[in-house]
Amino acid sequence: MKSLNVIINGLVKENPTFVLLLGMCPTLGTTSSAINGMSMGLATTFVLICSNVVISLIKNLVPDKVRIPCYVVVIAAFVSVLQMCMEAYVPAIYETLGLFIPLIVVNCIVLGRAEAFAAKNNAWYSALDGVGIGLGFTFALTLLGAIRELLGTGKVFSMTIFAESYGALIFVLAPGAFIALGYLIAIVNRLRKA
Amino acid sequence: MKLESNFKNMVLVLTIISLIAAGVLGSVYQVTEEPIAKAKAEKQQNAIKQVLGNFDRLEEEVLEGITLYKGYVADEFVGAAVEASENGFGGEVKIMVGFDKEGNILDYAVLQQAETPGLGTKMVDWFKTDKGNQNIKGKNPGEKQLSVSKDGGDIDAITAATISSRAFLGAVNKAYAAFSGGDVNAVSGAPNVHHQSAESASCDSLQSTVADSLSVITDSINVIND
Amino acid sequence: MAYLLILVGAVLVNNIVLSQFLGICPFLGVSKKVDTALGMGAAVTFVLTLATIITYLLQKYVLEAFGIVYLQTLLFILVIAALVQLVEIILKKVSPALYQALGVFLPLITTNCCILGVAILVANGTYKLPAGLEANLLTGVVFAIATAIGFALALVLFAGMREQLRYANIPKGMEGTPIALLTAGLLAMAFMGFSGVV
Repeated sequence: MKSLNVIINGLVKENPTFVLLLGMCPTLGTTSSAINGMSMGLATTFVLICSNVVISLIKNLVPDKVRIPCYVVVIAAFVSVLQMCMEAYVPAIYETLGLFIPLIVVNCIVLGRAEAFAAKNNAWYSALDGVGIGLGFTFALTLLGAIRELLGTGKVFSMTIFAESYGALIFVLAPGAFIALGYLIAIVNRLRKA
Repeated sequence: MKLESNFKNMVLVLTIISLIAAGVLGSVYQVTEEPIAKAKAEKQQNAIKQVLGNFDRLEEEVLEGITLYKGYVADEFVGAAVEASENGFGGEVKIMVGFDKEGNILDYAVLQQAETPGLGTKMVDWFKTDKGNQNIKGKNPGEKQLSVSKDGGDIDAITAATISSRAFLGAVNKAYAAFSGGDVNAVSGAPNVHHQSAESASCDSLQSTVADSLSVITDSINVIND
Repeated sequence: MAYLLILVGAVLVNNIVLSQFLGICPFLGVSKKVDTALGMGAAVTFVLTLATIITYLLQKYVLEAFGIVYLQTLLFILVIAALVQLVEIILKKVSPALYQALGVFLPLITTNCCILGVAILVANGTYKLPAGLEANLLTGVVFAIATAIGFALALVLFAGMREQLRYANIPKGMEGTPIALLTAGLLAMAFMGFSGVV
């Protein structure tokens, strides 16, 4: 039962994007389409799960004062592994996400979960927390990407919903990212109070 | 229990973790090195095949930073795929253009671009769509420089992305300059190509090279002025 | 002249925050007052310039020289973290006045993704340059400084707008982050007016 709670906690109650407001750079920078948002979310999920597990395993071996640098090294290692694997096996996605892949290292969500959860819990729950938070992040990015893609180009996951000429291109461009996310968070705030 | 935070422990733990991380990365690198190189080569090979069509053999040649891949069918020069780039709106635009042996554009592929999504990114298929004066396939930059109608040319620019269009056409013109410059060598290397008019061909291509490099300069001035 | 173009390009046209989406966390977090925004901007400029120089040299003379470019992310983030610590210690000893002004922002900078982002861009030579310039240490440093100025400019402008927002009547659901994001969206739209200048 607790396992399920840990996952749901990450997906809903502590959703990193809508509730904790963490990891804003990739949230805004990679959501010009639903598929891009989803790829970024899954990439981050991978790093989250791996780093959470390893950090929870080594938490007692690491002296308190150097724990942050140690965690950063672990996270950076997994990010680099991910980077190389993506370049090798999914080069197209790797190119679209570009700089935002290495920047997962400085995504506050990953280090934040290491500090707040993995350093205090065992490996199993830390993995589940990684799954929950990661999927919560993926869900948020996919939703934002889908909304921006739909409003901007009339498509979702490249499937046409309405003609492109009715779309407001601004939603695919930089300002639309801020505006769409602003309204989404307002709606989530409203739903959470209800 | 938790290790004590004394100097020895801190240095030791951080060093060990870094070494393990570096070791893991090293081995992953060795595993992925080959697939990465393969994926890159495959992408380039696919682009060459797409823009050049059929060929038996490729000859690679680098001319002033522009790479030409000359295609031969049974030792006869059939055309070349040329990789050229130009500064666009959001960064470098890198394309592969295929020319037949007369210099007519066969097809193109965009290898790399960071243009505005929904605007400049449309270059991927805009210039091969039959609509208005968009299509550049079959055109010969040697006969007339490719430029957007705004600059007095006869190609329709991508709607609301003139700079990206200019960069794209600039890269095509650059590619042609290299192609026609390279053509001179092809004539001397493979005498069965342009056999009768070798002299005039080299003369033509010299002229067009000069014209092309001039237009590249004016293009970049235009981009700066914009 | 060409260096001026880098400056205009990185500050106005491709603003790191408003069009590249790097450094959003401090942009939203440390922008409630103009004073703090100025301090953060100055601290980022300082660290970004130093970090770019050091990581560029590391890239050229260590990573590329030994063929271990795959350690880039790992090495850069460690160097940046160490650098921030070092700057903090040195500043405390050498110039207490400057430390007073920048000190509180320094620890926050390690996780500012525009530092690592720019370091990677410059080291890989994939940043946007005006025609005729090559990617080298000089243009890289100019680019880094210009980027930092762009960051500071966006931050200060945004802080100014948020100071005014406090007196505005905002619908309950839009208070806090949503209205801040919408404001940032409008600011980004204003900056889009510069697109195509360089």
